[in-house]
Amino acid sequence: MSGASTAQKPLSEAKVTVYRRMKDLPSTHLLGGGTAMCAGCGGLEALHEVYDVIGANSIFVNAAGCMTLLSVYPFTPFRGSWLYTAMASAPAGAQGVRDALDILLEKKRMTAQEDMDVVVLTGDGSAYGMGLSSTSGAIERGLDFLYLCYDNEGYGNTGQQYSGATPHGARTATSKGAHGFTGYKKDLFSIWAAHKPVYVATVIGAEPLDLARKIEKAKALKGPRLIIALAPCPTGWDYDPIHTVEVGKLAVKTGVWPLKEYADGRIVHTKVPHERAPVEDYLKLQGRFRHLFDPQRDEALLAEIQARVDAYWAGVSE
Amino acid sequence: MTRVLLTGNGAAAWGARLANVDYVPVFPITPQTEIIETIARWIGDNEMDARLVTLESEHSMITAAGSAAATGVRVFSATSSQGLLYAMEMLYTVAGWRAPFVLVNVSRGLSAPITLEPDHNDILAARDSGFLQIHCSTCQEVLDSMLIAYRLAEDERVRLPVIVNLDGFYLSFTREPVELPEADSVRDYVGGYHTDTTLFRATSPASQGVAVLGGGPYSYFRYELHLAARNALTVYDELASLFAERFGREHPAIDTYQTADAEIVFVMMGSFATKARAAVDRLRDAGWRVGLVRPRLLRPFPHGQLRRILDGKQGVAVIDQNLSMGFGGVLHSELASALYGQTGAPKILVSFVAGLGGRDIADEEFFEMAAVTKQAVQKNEIPPPRLLYTESELREVRKLQAVAHVEREEIDKTRDENARGSQ
Repeated sequence: MSGASTAQKPLSEAKVTVYRRMKDLPSTHLLGGGTAMCAGCGGLEALHEVYDVIGANSIFVNAAGCMTLLSVYPFTPFRGSWLYTAMASAPAGAQGVRDALDILLEKKRMTAQEDMDVVVLTGDGSAYGMGLSSTSGAIERGLDFLYLCYDNEGYGNTGQQYSGATPHGARTATSKGAHGFTGYKKDLFSIWAAHKPVYVATVIGAEPLDLARKIEKAKALKGPRLIIALAPCPTGWDYDPIHTVEVGKLAVKTGVWPLKEYADGRIVHTKVPHERAPVEDYLKLQGRFRHLFDPQRDEALLAEIQARVDAYWAGVSE
Repeated sequence: MTRVLLTGNGAAAWGARLANVDYVPVFPITPQTEIIETIARWIGDNEMDARLVTLESEHSMITAAGSAAATGVRVFSATSSQGLLYAMEMLYTVAGWRAPFVLVNVSRGLSAPITLEPDHNDILAARDSGFLQIHCSTCQEVLDSMLIAYRLAEDERVRLPVIVNLDGFYLSFTREPVELPEADSVRDYVGGYHTDTTLFRATSPASQGVAVLGGGPYSYFRYELHLAARNALTVYDELASLFAERFGREHPAIDTYQTADAEIVFVMMGSFATKARAAVDRLRDAGWRVGLVRPRLLRPFPHGQLRRILDGKQGVAVIDQNLSMGFGGVLHSELASALYGQTGAPKILVSFVAGLGGRDIADEEFFEMAAVTKQAVQKNEIPPPRLLYTESELREVRKLQAVAHVEREEIDKTRDENARGSQ
């Protein structure tokens, strides 16, 4: 995938009109506060930023996960609509809503003013696993929708068991051995991009300008647009909520979470960390990697993790 | 009005066409596929103004059906057997959304062993989901039931999805003469899709399917769903009367045949009940006072009407084309719960299980079931449930097993020889 990178200017640069500097970002959020999300939730941080760009003329179609608890009867933080489906089929729910809206418009039973952006909102548990089949189907059908996956790298709502998104070596509720999770994080970005949708991007709440530009661009496009937001998770990753932004920034600085986008058959890295910090800087902030440092350093595993990140960036040309 | 020869599947497709559906999310499965192929052809030929979308599974298909209905379009979908079970989570979910649409299920036995022929374990698995259920025994009934079903689903006192059930092969692929009502008179009967429910619109945002905390609100919404399903009893009767008035065909919640003076009554659902109906004629020729009761409406369950129809009967033979493993026939237990403790209810309720995976029920078996029930009445003692099976059927299975054993022995012998050879 990284081999597909080119030196061309990202399409987003050309289309960005509003978000040039940090001060262009809204100073207040559209999404209501007081939800049941944990303090320091990196997923909620990203959702706030996404929602500011998407706006209230939208319907969020949700799959089972932490954010299902955003809307608990009779409250919702959304200014627009919300539909909770099930864990596996939020993209199919978006299909039904989008098709119905199109039919109503075509048959002139609804005015264009009543139309909405259809947004799927799921965690990594659904996106990387149970919901992948319905996502694949929605992309192949060319569904006009935006998909936001908040990826906290485990089944967070049930106590952080490992999922297809869990990184190598991470300790979770179901990978408590000496070396943590023995598998490797699934490359969902590439899986989605292999379908050749209109747009795929990775974002993180700690880089709000990069995020806002990508969502702005995605909003302006038509067709399947899919976003993965790495979501630092104080409860699941075991760090103090005060460090959410720092953990997020380090995910980018160390090169662990490449910020990139796919459009028109090309992958472009939107924020390349030229002098990458060692991955240790990112890992040692998190309790889920404590066994790599304490009681003694697991040099082999640390070297392996660093080598994988280095290998990724070695394949990225600018 | 036109009279044409249609399969049950063809009648179902016509039902969707005449009801002016807007949206048809589909997934192919035998023996239902002809329905969606027919609709796809009509849409392709501009004979039907609807959008058909093939989802990647029945789970997604029902999700799309429910979410589209909740957004304000009239939806039709169809499935069978494994497909219905694959969608099971979403059947409960979209019923909870109170999303009104019509789903046709073409009944087919469930795996394992995998088969194509019909019984009712698939549809009965959806019994408690919140979908209402109408069971058909003729192709005409399939078409007519769908038109009634759309009004029933969309009635403000109900607002629930409805399954119209027909049996695979016996109905799905059997051609019968069907009267096609005029499109205008159907449009007048079914009406436009109701929009005074929760719909998603930019200027009037709504939340649907939201979480609740605790048993209080949860129970409230589940009781509401149940009470809406119970309302459907009255609404169904109104709609069936109106249908009879407009189209001249009666489709009561419970179909009865020769029950007025009957002492012994068969109770059965679906197309196999036509076999029971023929047996009633022959039994009557032989001097037996027998009749047939065929519930068309299984959900909501018409307790009251069943009590009235069976009041004063001596014995009832319930023939279940399903099997609840470790329990027995489902319809038998439902009927028993409706009749228990009621004055005038028949004392003898005998359970028979038959017709699994399309197994035929022969005339002589109906005679035998009537005889067993009559004997039970005379003895005033209910015999244990019977699983219908003949000696010749058992002999056929023994033959298959013999072939399997011979082949197995051959494989074992070859393996042993190879093992010796390699030593």
